[in-house]
Amino acid sequence: MLFKKSIAALSLTTALVLPMIGAIPAAHAETPPNMLVVAHRIDDLISLDPQEMFEFSGTDYANSVYQTLVDYDDRDFSKGFGPSIAESWDISEDGKTYTFKIADGMKFASGNPITAKDVEFSLRRAILLKKTPSFILTQFGFTEDNLGETLVAKDDSTFVLVTDKKYAPSFVLNCMTSAIASIVDSKVVQEHEVDGDLGNAWLKVNSAGSGAFNLTSWKPNESLTISSNPNFSGGEPAMKRVIIRHIPESATQRLLLEKGDVDIARNLTPEDVAGLADDKHLKVQQDLRGRVMYLSMNQGDETLSNPKVIEAIKYLIDYDGMADSFLKGQYIVHQAFLPLSYLGELKDKPFKLDIEKAKALLAEAGYEDGFEVEFIVRTEQDRLDIAQALQNNFAQAGIKVSIIQGTGKEILGKYRARDFQIYVGVWGPDYPDPQTNADTFASNPDNSLEAKLTGKLAWRNAWPATGFTERTEAAVQESDTAKRAQMYVDMQKDFQKEAPFAIMFQKTEQNGLGADVEGYSMGAAITGSYYGNVTK
Amino acid sequence: MTSVDTTQGVRRRKAASPFLRVAKRIGASLFSVIATLFGLLFVTFLIARVMPIDPVLAVVGERASNEIYEAAYKQLGLDQPFIVQFFYYVRDVVTGNFGMSNLTARPVLDDIARVFPATLELATLATIIGVLFGIPAGVVSAVYEGRWPDQVIRFIGLFGYSMPIFWIGLIGLMVFYGKLGWVGGPGRLDIFYEDIIPSVTGMILVDSLIARDWTIFWNAVSHIILPASILGYYSLAYISRMTRSFMLEQLGQEYITTARVKGLSETKVIWRHALGNVMIPLITVIVLSYASLLEGSVLTEVIFAWPGLGNYITNALLSADMNAVLGGTVIVGLVFVGLNLLSDFLYKIVDPRSR
Repeated sequence: MLFKKSIAALSLTTALVLPMIGAIPAAHAETPPNMLVVAHRIDDLISLDPQEMFEFSGTDYANSVYQTLVDYDDRDFSKGFGPSIAESWDISEDGKTYTFKIADGMKFASGNPITAKDVEFSLRRAILLKKTPSFILTQFGFTEDNLGETLVAKDDSTFVLVTDKKYAPSFVLNCMTSAIASIVDSKVVQEHEVDGDLGNAWLKVNSAGSGAFNLTSWKPNESLTISSNPNFSGGEPAMKRVIIRHIPESATQRLLLEKGDVDIARNLTPEDVAGLADDKHLKVQQDLRGRVMYLSMNQGDETLSNPKVIEAIKYLIDYDGMADSFLKGQYIVHQAFLPLSYLGELKDKPFKLDIEKAKALLAEAGYEDGFEVEFIVRTEQDRLDIAQALQNNFAQAGIKVSIIQGTGKEILGKYRARDFQIYVGVWGPDYPDPQTNADTFASNPDNSLEAKLTGKLAWRNAWPATGFTERTEAAVQESDTAKRAQMYVDMQKDFQKEAPFAIMFQKTEQNGLGADVEGYSMGAAITGSYYGNVTK
Repeated sequence: MTSVDTTQGVRRRKAASPFLRVAKRIGASLFSVIATLFGLLFVTFLIARVMPIDPVLAVVGERASNEIYEAAYKQLGLDQPFIVQFFYYVRDVVTGNFGMSNLTARPVLDDIARVFPATLELATLATIIGVLFGIPAGVVSAVYEGRWPDQVIRFIGLFGYSMPIFWIGLIGLMVFYGKLGWVGGPGRLDIFYEDIIPSVTGMILVDSLIARDWTIFWNAVSHIILPASILGYYSLAYISRMTRSFMLEQLGQEYITTARVKGLSETKVIWRHALGNVMIPLITVIVLSYASLLEGSVLTEVIFAWPGLGNYITNALLSADMNAVLGGTVIVGLVFVGLNLLSDFLYKIVDPRSR
């Protein structure tokens, strides 16, 4: 077992300096039945304002505290979006005007009724605040100057949204489910406005929503506490209180879970997950996440822009070998840029490790003796493990890899400046619509250095995405959802062949739960976690 | 006339001199404090600017558009020359404004006021443990030099010094919290006790005493005792080794032999004469180890989910949150300067010659 004799002997030594410990009363209890305690790494959270936040833990928070015009059912994401604050909607003939009918009788946590005015205020606020995630809405042509025509409450129960051109309705409505489109209580927020900040300073640390919970307290890097909202349209949740404790270390999270001091542990390493298997009081829940792990080649580099070299490299990756060993439980093999479970997903996996084929391709390209190349990688365990495995595989075909590590910010700086040869890293979708990844992987309207389209991965890799840019544009305007999905499938098949991107894996997440915890939803690849339907 | 004038002048100078001397001394130490802090700020600021990390990205995130990026770049003042940036920064710091942290989006001073008490509490308790056990252990070790008590103590010390804190921390948690349930788990309090007592000093042990809430006090003790003991173990290892070597040096001196010949009891010779003379260098050792604990201990803080200064500064460094790094550096600098002054003061108490 874990506590072998030798370890017991060592801990005795530690006991020598802890002689006073026996005198301290141990005060421990199971977590109360109406309270959910979660161990989670939440140091990424910097603001609780839904029109500003753009962090992973922020998405969980928005799912708990705010509602949107349309939303997913957290018990079944395959249904797609459905009514929430809007009970129904119509789209005009030209595909540009969306008229939402606001549901009757819904209330904010404050008791104020939810009206079209609140919707107007919230969506306009997202545009006016100009925070990082605002692009999710401004991509429909909303600007500070045209808000009077584009985002308008006709009366208390009718809200009208006008886009600048025709888009696929699935695209527009998928974006309306993201955190930035959260509807805030306009009366409460306006009461706390300071110097025309639209209540930003206040909403960073307070809540004004209509979701399953309200904010009770937030202590950065310590804990986040939310309490049930009796006015919630889905009925007050069974958990009166959810406490999310910032516990950075996996082993510590596991210990708290085993001890019964937390109900859910969110950041467990595969080793710690495996360690939970024997415990009857615990269980493991697994779900897909939206992040894809990929390798990309800078097309400004002479060698790496050779199509034969690009193809060879895709055969030099031991996809299954990595997924079955050190990535087990963290990633599954996936070779298309849209995450599985997204509209237009492609399940094909045309590549596998094939050294001979890669060698032949390299010889055709004139590199029978290989070449030297540099990877840039963030100093994070899974990425470094992957980079090292790739280094070994590449060496078998004569390609000598040196790995440059750095902090996230360092590597990102190089990547955005096109100052690299091969990048190994992760991309996570910004909003739950295929456009988010298509737009970054497969669209690059101006490949010139001066264009500085640093948000697009195609640009960062100096890849002109010829043909793909137009196809991306066409797909985002297709109003027939089935046709639109097929367009993405076809596009990804060609992308797999041509693009200087080798998509390798999709993220999966494993959470440890107390055996009595039911109804917890991890949000699939689409969004973050939901605590609203949890019972225990 | 002239001679009279001179004598008067001399007399006056003599009369004013004690006051002047004190003022001069205060002035000199104040100057050295300010110069130290200024130098510290300058070097940190310089390092911050040459670091290969883009502070703007740290603010706006990976997905930001160019306009948002440019706006943040200007807002951070990065378009100004280095020296101008530094000047603005120093001007703000002098008026007590350390700027906003990009990482927490709060004023750096508020952040530090939140994380420093947690570290202070932990470091103080750890140092107390280190001193209470380390000095006697060192003395015993020196007295029994080469015999089994010395060997045992040195082994324990060496063990404490060479084991990775990550490992000891986790094993400690598994055994005393996980298996035995003797101590509280990670964090400063059980969650059910959080937010009950008003925060006065930010140190929960002190705050709960002020509120006279014994349940919370004991809960806080059960949470702090393990990390404090583990940090204390490290400082114990250091303090006992230093005490041992100082003591060995003293025990070989002639005055010790004289004292023994005089017929003084062995207890008096060791604990009074020898240890008395060891106190001055020992104070330096203790103060330095206390100061290094006050910088915060990142690994201990991570394992025990202790929201302290070490973790705060490390996170800030890794994400190029320069205001937070500079603010944290100034605080650590102040701690060192403050503790140096404290040790000067302590020398005067223990050293009869400087009274």
